[in-house]
Amino acid sequence: MAQTVVATSETDPVVPHTPQPLQTNTGVSNNKLAIWLFISSESLFFGAFIATYFLYRGRDAQFLKGPTPSSTLNIPFTSVTSFVLLMSSLTMVLALAAIRRGDHRRFRIWILATAIFGMTFISGQVYEFTEFYREGVHLGTNLFGTTFFVLTGLHGAHVTIGIVWLLTLYGRSMQGKLGTDKSEAVEIAGLYWHFVDVVWIFIFTAVYLIPQH
Amino acid sequence: MLDRMQRLRRGALTGVGAAAAIVLLASCGATGPDNEQNSLHPAGSADHTIMNLFTPFFWIAVVIGVAVLAMTVFVALRFRAKPGDDREPVQVHGNTVLEISWTIVPALLLAIMAVPTVATIFSLAKIPTGPNVVHVHVDARQWFWQYEYTDKGTDFYTANELHIPVGQPIVLTLTSSNVIHSFWVPELAGKKDVVPGHPNTLTIEADKPGTYLGQCAQYCGISHANMRLRVIAQSKADYDTWVAQQQTQLSAAKVTQFTTQISNQWGCLSCHSVTNLASNIGVTIGPNLTHVGDREAFAGDIYPMTLTNLTKWVYDAPGRKPHGDLVGWMPDFSSRGMTMTQAQQIAKFLLCETATDPNSHPECR
Amino acid sequence: MTTVEDASALFQAPVKRSILDRPRATTGAWSWVTTVDHKKIAIMYGTTAMFFFLVGGIEALMLRIQLAQPNGTFLSAARYNEFFTMHGTTMIFLMGMPLAAAFGNYFIPLMIGARDVAFPRLNMFGFWVFLFGGIFLYSSFVLGGAPDGGWFGYAPLTSTPLSQGFLPGRGADFWAVGLIMLGIGSVATAINFIVTALNMRAPGMTMMKMPVFVWMMIVVAFLTLFAMPPLTAALIQVFMDRNFHTNFFNAAAGGDPLLYQNLFWIFGHPEVYILILPGMAMVSEILPVFSRKPLFGYSVVVFSGIAIGLLGWGVWAHHMFVSGIGPVAQAAFSLSTMLIAIPTGVKIFNWLATVWGGKVRLATPMLFALGFIAQFTIGGLSGVMNSIVPSDTQQNDTYFVVAHFHYVLFGGLVFAIFGAIYYWFPKISGKMLSEYMGKWNFWLMVVGFNLTFFPMHFLGFEGEPRRTYTYPSGMGWGTLNLMSTIGAFIIAVSVLVFLVNVIFTIRRGELAPEDPWDARTLEWLTSSPPPPYNFAEVPIVEARDEFWHRKYTEDDEGRLVKLAPSAASTIPARRDPNEPHHIHMPSPSYWPFVLALGLPIMGYGFVFKLYWLIGIGALITFFGLNALTTEPATEESH
Repeated sequence: MAQTVVATSETDPVVPHTPQPLQTNTGVSNNKLAIWLFISSESLFFGAFIATYFLYRGRDAQFLKGPTPSSTLNIPFTSVTSFVLLMSSLTMVLALAAIRRGDHRRFRIWILATAIFGMTFISGQVYEFTEFYREGVHLGTNLFGTTFFVLTGLHGAHVTIGIVWLLTLYGRSMQGKLGTDKSEAVEIAGLYWHFVDVVWIFIFTAVYLIPQH
Repeated sequence: MLDRMQRLRRGALTGVGAAAAIVLLASCGATGPDNEQNSLHPAGSADHTIMNLFTPFFWIAVVIGVAVLAMTVFVALRFRAKPGDDREPVQVHGNTVLEISWTIVPALLLAIMAVPTVATIFSLAKIPTGPNVVHVHVDARQWFWQYEYTDKGTDFYTANELHIPVGQPIVLTLTSSNVIHSFWVPELAGKKDVVPGHPNTLTIEADKPGTYLGQCAQYCGISHANMRLRVIAQSKADYDTWVAQQQTQLSAAKVTQFTTQISNQWGCLSCHSVTNLASNIGVTIGPNLTHVGDREAFAGDIYPMTLTNLTKWVYDAPGRKPHGDLVGWMPDFSSRGMTMTQAQQIAKFLLCETATDPNSHPECR
Repeated sequence: MTTVEDASALFQAPVKRSILDRPRATTGAWSWVTTVDHKKIAIMYGTTAMFFFLVGGIEALMLRIQLAQPNGTFLSAARYNEFFTMHGTTMIFLMGMPLAAAFGNYFIPLMIGARDVAFPRLNMFGFWVFLFGGIFLYSSFVLGGAPDGGWFGYAPLTSTPLSQGFLPGRGADFWAVGLIMLGIGSVATAINFIVTALNMRAPGMTMMKMPVFVWMMIVVAFLTLFAMPPLTAALIQVFMDRNFHTNFFNAAAGGDPLLYQNLFWIFGHPEVYILILPGMAMVSEILPVFSRKPLFGYSVVVFSGIAIGLLGWGVWAHHMFVSGIGPVAQAAFSLSTMLIAIPTGVKIFNWLATVWGGKVRLATPMLFALGFIAQFTIGGLSGVMNSIVPSDTQQNDTYFVVAHFHYVLFGGLVFAIFGAIYYWFPKISGKMLSEYMGKWNFWLMVVGFNLTFFPMHFLGFEGEPRRTYTYPSGMGWGTLNLMSTIGAFIIAVSVLVFLVNVIFTIRRGELAPEDPWDARTLEWLTSSPPPPYNFAEVPIVEARDEFWHRKYTEDDEGRLVKLAPSAASTIPARRDPNEPHHIHMPSPSYWPFVLALGLPIMGYGFVFKLYWLIGIGALITFFGLNALTTEPATEESH
């Protein structure tokens, strides 16, 4: 939905009341600028938790010991779910392209695919978490348990919100309320979705891939 | 002839000026009271170093502050619109020379201040070594200070009152296993936080004998204000005497008396200890009581050591020092059936039986 | 067969409206609840924030009564600790930041020639979050104890689980959740202000033609955007440690309390610039008007503000000098803190140079602005003294620091706010506050403020630590503490005078002249108060201080020459806000309210571990968000 503040003159009643998208000083629409600002803020949020993870990694050895990343994490499994999440960004791009060219049927397919891939990723996370829990890694077990669950849990919450967002767009499209003129709404959801994906790349690298000594 | 508004204004300004003068004078009062906790009365090498840096910078700040204040008042009055004055001011937009000047000059001044500052930071951070150094492990609790003298030949515990020899550096290792505190004895040194998981070091050294007060300087809970301490600097001879006294254990009879007559009924030894050598230390949840009668004050150095104060404390400690909901703090024994007489008997024991010289307390004679 | 008359009667038949229809009112109480007009929202921000200022002030008076004498018994330790925690939390989060949001809200659109902010409903959402957050925080007093861990809430004092009793009551949970909630509102408003100022400027208004006020608000908004996340992270970690036994700050498990301090102060230091820059912005607007000269060194003042905003990210550990960070870190942050004094000083000199050579009118707004300069400078100097690490090891956590930040935040920010209120009151309400009462307000406040806080510098030197509910007799602190308490009550009287002034003016005051101060910026080119759409025609901007340049030009010597009145400089007449107009403004909505309502409901769910309540709150938020994003911004009402 475009911002529609109209600058018609009140001295000219003949001018029709057709809303026009606002011409912005920067050339970027208000909504798009807003989501970029929001994303930049959220980057620092995740940055704080990733920094915490790095600060505490390896420290369990001197304190509570307990389960370690290498004994707990299942890198092959998480690589698969990570790949699924990455693919969801591709389907997101396809969804945007579809709605832009007016192909609403394809749009719905691709956005539903994105949401399903996201749900697959989350299911993978849930499975992982329950496995870890069964192996004795809880929030309070040691520093690894604390930092791992909080970091990935917050990310998962962001993904879940994203999934709800995508499904909402799907629903609106089904109702015929998401025309091509509203494609920017999809672009903005896409920016959020790609952000959440990029954050996962950082988390995956930091937590799963960088070896611990 | 001044009209009413002008007279009012002059009166107001004079009043404000007078008030300001009074505030300033009252605030200054030379260097403040001699309360043994005054950082402007340095009595130790670290605080001397700090004061050497602080004093010139303080006066620089005062001069600048007065100058800006004066300039503000000046521009306000000098360029005041006069009634009937129709001329409009020149619309000056800026001046590059001025801008550069008042950027560079403060920068230079700060740069000059930075040099001795950084030098002092590093010199104060040096931890002294050598045979002259006394080592004490300070463990911060809620809400008192436990001290363990760790040098070979000392190895004993005490609480709240830290005795040190004059002219020797005391290296304090600061630890806490509960919350963050801050060890601060202003007349001897700056403060250092006590952070769980982060042992910190603070060096203090007194240049003359005396009592130097301090208190916890990081909000640590409901009785943060009641976590005081005192440092007593003594000549080497007196200090050595004190160490010997601290190491002298209570007689077996006294320990038995305390255990059977007091602790068995009230549970004192589940938190406190009446032995204080590292080799025989008991429970250290509460302050060590082995020589509590020797201290000038107690309960986090907030109550002078008298029979009355001790009695009231034993009778109902939470009523004398709020502890909120802190788990495992000293109970209100009066609500557990302790009578005032019983409290007094316990207090008498602590005051008289643990004191090196019971005659130092009038109540013990 | 229907006639034309019958047909037209059909079309004029009133449409039946249900309660779920889009609200339409532009006047009346309900219009305030559903408005999306930035001016109304600003007034709500401002009055709510001033209410919290009074609450925080009363808390301060309670503290000062307790401390007037040694061994005071007016407040128990527990109550004192709650009050000092809530005093700080209130003044920072419920007064300082919202007042900046209030002025930013009212004036950013007007100063840039826009009709509203970029996201009017998000704007309203921000206000409701603020109000609900404040109510949520204060409800703790009756729901298990108010926050009492200090406004900064250091772990592990706040992060240790309730069962250990380190702090009585669950105040710390309210504190953590409440601040997270308020942070959401702040970020929303920050995004709104940035997009508005960057995207919605009138034709011809380049960035360097914007008023300094707008520039500073942009810097503040960016600071908010980036400072809130580390705080939110730290608060989540505290909440998790308290309630889910995580180990973020559990030293026994290897957790590091200094992690909390680092995260908190990475927020906390930019936060103080978030607080003070709006004050500097207001002063930068007031001084030129009352000196009848442009701001001296506009570009330098703007760039200094940006520099302060950037450098402010590099000084945070000066709050941690005594935590044991080591001499290298101490030296580095000592230097960076000294560095930031330079652009600050530059601004002060530029302000003085603005007044120099002007034609100074010492009206109440100007008095407050001048008071700002003097008092903020004193606060800045004690700040430089704190940057000298060895001195700070004595000054930190004593009343010296209390004196320092009250000089910059009260003597600085609050004075600027009062000045701004007196300056812009005629614009907002169409009425002038009484100059007579204004001067009493100012002088009482100057005397009271300095009497309260100047002695604290010395109390700090003399060994009195902060956050102590009492102090022993025999320390020689009694007299200065008593002076300070007396000063606090003088401040209270000055605030009373202010309130009387406001109430008296609203009730009886005459309508102000259109351009009462002969001002410089575009907000004065509207009626007082402005119509809902601000500008009938969006102004074309050709100069900085556009309004001024429509009234005056300069001769060869640079002196002012008054221009003949023209259509360009004529202020439109006041209009009835209900008068129909053809300018489409965003329509009122109650979805921002609903959206915001979900947050405190979730908040209570988190504090009391009621997961079903969290679920309900989340559903309300989702429902509200969905409805808000599907309703059109502007709805036809005919």
